[in-house]
Amino acid sequence: MAEPMRARPKPTPETQHFWDGTKAGELRLQRCDACAHVYFPPRPFCPSCASRKVSIFKASGRGTLYSYVINHRPAAPGFTPPYAIAVVALEEGPRMMSNITGCPQTPEALELDMPLEVTFEPLDEQITLPVFRPAKG
Amino acid sequence: MRRNQVAVVGAAETTELGVIPNMSQIRLHADAALNAIADAGLKLSDIDGFATAVETPQQMCHYLGITPTWVDGTSVGGCSFMLHVRHAAAAIEAGLCKTVLITHAESGKSMIGKLPRSIPADSLQGQFEAPFGVYGPPSMFPIPVLRYMKTYGITHEQLAMVAVVQREWAAKNPRAMMKDPITVDDVLNSRMIAYPFRLLQCCLVTDGGGALILTSADRAKDFPRKPVYVLGTGESVETPMVSQMETFTSSRAFKVAGPLAFKEAGITHADVDHLMIYDAFAHLPLFGLGDLGFMPHEETGPFIAAGHTRPGGKLPLNTNGGGLSYMHSGMYGMYALQESVRQMRGIAPAQVPNAKISVCHGVGGMFAASGTIIFTNER
Repeated sequence: MAEPMRARPKPTPETQHFWDGTKAGELRLQRCDACAHVYFPPRPFCPSCASRKVSIFKASGRGTLYSYVINHRPAAPGFTPPYAIAVVALEEGPRMMSNITGCPQTPEALELDMPLEVTFEPLDEQITLPVFRPAKG
Repeated sequence: MRRNQVAVVGAAETTELGVIPNMSQIRLHADAALNAIADAGLKLSDIDGFATAVETPQQMCHYLGITPTWVDGTSVGGCSFMLHVRHAAAAIEAGLCKTVLITHAESGKSMIGKLPRSIPADSLQGQFEAPFGVYGPPSMFPIPVLRYMKTYGITHEQLAMVAVVQREWAAKNPRAMMKDPITVDDVLNSRMIAYPFRLLQCCLVTDGGGALILTSADRAKDFPRKPVYVLGTGESVETPMVSQMETFTSSRAFKVAGPLAFKEAGITHADVDHLMIYDAFAHLPLFGLGDLGFMPHEETGPFIAAGHTRPGGKLPLNTNGGGLSYMHSGMYGMYALQESVRQMRGIAPAQVPNAKISVCHGVGGMFAASGTIIFTNER
């Protein structure tokens, strides 16, 4: 369980499916039915072609480490420095901010382009955060 | 927009820069505004157009006693003032107003009367960035740096040289906050803030402000100061979420704003005598040199490390010392504009001899927005 002081996301009608997904152990993305563009963060239309016909699907949860900082100071409430703030390139195309777990928070351990896989960290009863760990095998 | 139809006829910073615990944020705005009015030889009642950011035009117009016929409250971060210059030039040309005052001030250090900045938990940033421990610009702005370094072969030492060279410029500016010389080792041994960046690669946090006055080039010749003409302008925005930039190897907002300004100005990079690139953090001059088309991104780090942007170098860059060493109240764009105007007037403390064209490039948020203004002192 993450520390309680951590900034807590508050879902909106357009993002509820994402947070329902993480609670159910799924990373959910959206794909445009018209042009097949996969995008993030959630919205009820395609930012590439403006179609309102879009579908929610379960992403593979696989990605690679695109970039990061290791934050020392000031630390966000609920975080013990140093901790990495990472941007993960998902297999399906979009990128998302996250944290890297199960690995030292050092430049030596955090190699750009290393394969990652999603895991889920409950923040409280309602909210579960998607975080990433080094991919097994 | 047509070239050289509008000019800066008044420019000033606050009476003091640095730590100013006896002035609220709106008073800092007023101090800068009154200094600029005096610089232009005007009265506040001569102002009929007004622009500012963070503070609202209604707040500042009421405080100053201005009744405008044109206002612009564009607030896209630290480059808002570049956008104000662009919008003001268009408004003056269109006849919406004659004399525009643009103010910036921020009680960034002392936090007196400073408006709170918060990220709502139900915003996209609040949902998809804040929960992962971002906490202020130092934890966000450098997130693209490692990808940029890997892609282009940029080294930690080259990124340290940005701070070293700007300190050399700051040493020539009596009003710069930090003037003592530093070395690459000093930078690489300074306190870690957010790897890969250390303290000396992050901007200062200070109090201060600045103001500009613009009018038509035809009227400008009747003012006491040498007019500084607006030769070219550009602007764009990308995303408020650094994680959602199209790529970390370039800024889309930079790549739109910069070339627009060059095209409008009708100049090439070889025509540029003086350059300001908003440097909230040490990687921004590299992104700027690449995205504005001065050189391929691979060459930006070696170019700075070779000393080409230092005093006496072929491309004088951030000649006030920049946000890293001159001052940074939170929205530094105004101070970059002030330095470009001083250089074009020929009165900068670290004056570039015979400079005729100055490019002033700003960033807002964490690569969220961008504005570029190209000035000249010849019409």
